Amino acid sequence: MDLYLGIDVGSVSTNLVLIDEENNVHESLYLRTRGQPIRVIKEGMQILKEKYENKVTIKGVGTTGSGRYLAGVIVGADIVKNEITAHAIATTTFVPEVQTIIEIGGQDSKIIIIRDGVVTDFAMNTVCAAGTGSFLDQQASRLNIPIEQFGELALKSTVPVRIAGRCTVFAESDMIHKQQLGYKIEDIINGLCEALVRNYLNNVGKNKEILPPIVFQGGVAANRGIREAFARALGQDIIVPKHYNVMGAIGAAILAREATNGQKTNFKGFAIADYNYETRSFECTYCPNHCEIAEISEEGKVIGRWGGRCPRWEVI
Amino acid sequence: MKTLRITFPYMGNYVHAFRGLLEDLGYEVVMPVKPSKRTLDLGVKYAPEFSCLPYKIVLGTYLETLPKGVDRIVTSGGVGPCRAGLYASLHEKILKKMGYNVEFIVLEPPLVDLKGFYKTVQKLNYKNYSLWYIYKAIKRNWRKIKALDTIEQKALFLRPRELKKGSVSAKYKEVLQYVINAYSEKEIDEAEQEALKQLDKIPVDLEKLVVKVGMVGEIYVLLEPSSNFEIEETIGHLGAEVKRSMFLTGWTRDNTLPGKSEELVSVKAAAKPYLPELIGGHGQDSIGNAILYIKQGFDGLIQLAPFTCIPEIVARTILTKISQEHNFPILTFFLDEQTGKAGMETRLEAFIDLLKRKKLQKLSKS
Repeated sequence: MDLYLGIDVGSVSTNLVLIDEENNVHESLYLRTRGQPIRVIKEGMQILKEKYENKVTIKGVGTTGSGRYLAGVIVGADIVKNEITAHAIATTTFVPEVQTIIEIGGQDSKIIIIRDGVVTDFAMNTVCAAGTGSFLDQQASRLNIPIEQFGELALKSTVPVRIAGRCTVFAESDMIHKQQLGYKIEDIINGLCEALVRNYLNNVGKNKEILPPIVFQGGVAANRGIREAFARALGQDIIVPKHYNVMGAIGAAILAREATNGQKTNFKGFAIADYNYETRSFECTYCPNHCEIAEISEEGKVIGRWGGRCPRWEVI
Repeated sequence: MKTLRITFPYMGNYVHAFRGLLEDLGYEVVMPVKPSKRTLDLGVKYAPEFSCLPYKIVLGTYLETLPKGVDRIVTSGGVGPCRAGLYASLHEKILKKMGYNVEFIVLEPPLVDLKGFYKTVQKLNYKNYSLWYIYKAIKRNWRKIKALDTIEQKALFLRPRELKKGSVSAKYKEVLQYVINAYSEKEIDEAEQEALKQLDKIPVDLEKLVVKVGMVGEIYVLLEPSSNFEIEETIGHLGAEVKRSMFLTGWTRDNTLPGKSEELVSVKAAAKPYLPELIGGHGQDSIGNAILYIKQGFDGLIQLAPFTCIPEIVARTILTKISQEHNFPILTFFLDEQTGKAGMETRLEAFIDLLKRKKLQKLSKS
């Protein structure tokens, strides 16, 4: 069987998917990055190796996410693509009529506007993570509630408490204040969900014409409270696709199929799960920019370098 | 008479023509170095926090150059409400406080104050060369600037079409030296022709799908690559042919000659329905050029603005409206010392992808 591999390396999660020619998802892994992208890529490849080696042919591989370049040189990517394009490709494949994509991950959030099947506009959060999953993670941790239960608790609320949403520091102060006044925990959580939605719509969604069908994806789409908060704020149904948490990886796999288009893939094989990778960084002193160059070696051979403002240290 | 040592802000390739002109006027030129991270760090350290990126970079350049021994700095003023008009005074105040004894000579646009401009030129002309000599010197170095612009525009055209990534940038860097080293107008003509000939030898695919992207915004962040993270090169490699609204030859002509070039009238006329007033800096130009790019069939626009630049902030809100009315994709970057390159690259790649797919969709409908 011919399959295509997509890898999305984000700040919180790393996702690997295998799809076939008809976009059926045969495998979907959602792993925690935990600040170690190389380890988690190898871990994911090991899982796939045990299950699929010698049983399927990998015809193409694509990478996306903030760690896409690193993942790209490790697996031998046929295409390395930004997460906005990857998400748009995946969503328009499963929800062809989509006009608005809301994507919220661990550290970043995006809005993608689509008209007639083509991206016409997009925006990403800038320097603040108040409208992203890390905001919720942090508050869940402080409340000592597992993030997985956060959404269900929010649904039990009938009166959302107003929580400041512009900045996580103010939000936390506000929550503590509300707790000390004796508000119910589920009302506070629901207020938090609304705060995140408000922050998202006022910043990332600013000036955007949000038309249905609206698709919500990324890890935060797992949260039922956030889904309902978006539905209330927008007055629209919110579609959450079956593979909402790995859409970036699916998009990368689809793009890999487009990129290879029957040609031979650059994929290095499942053996990379057993390879030894070393990384190091150094400061280039050739000019006063003093770029910090990051370098990765595979079994002792340099396979990638990044961080330069000029091509001096580029590999191949 | 002692030979005075002079320097000036670093601004793209134009520094080579500035040097030529000042050497013709009898100065020993202390060349500023291309701005680097160190330059910006120095500027940030001593500049007021909310001054804009060009102010910080230029101050950093001065701080890197003055220790080499400089008597004078020549720089430009600003048009209308733009804060750049104050920068020379602010720079001078900071540098004096730090113990540098340097004289500032500020060139204001002649259309604003012709008599003042003449007086300033005479001050620069401390060796009392004749007017004819000065005219010839200006003419020759102007010709050099035009050659630099012509070659750069050629590179911008070829880069998205190059078969081997980086080949245009490498060759461009090489042929730039031809023009830089040329002195007489005849030599400049020959250098320009040879440079264009060499660029034409680079293997390219002229049939490749390329999107045309206009660039508007504040002059310094448009013209100095180190202030905008080499954005033209980045999107050239992503498959975009860049057309910049601002070249020094155009801007200087529009603010120097009374006759108003046809191009300037067109830009102002295009901006009038949205922004009839001059708001300073290049805010009105940004609007006008955006309209012209739409009419010329461009695929998208990128606006570059220093963080806290009021003219460009005003332009930005109007560009949002223009983008919606004309279904014309516009991406804006506000730049300061905190700007992260990785985030910029992700947005640029997504933007160029957007333009390409939109163009393909349009082509498949016709």
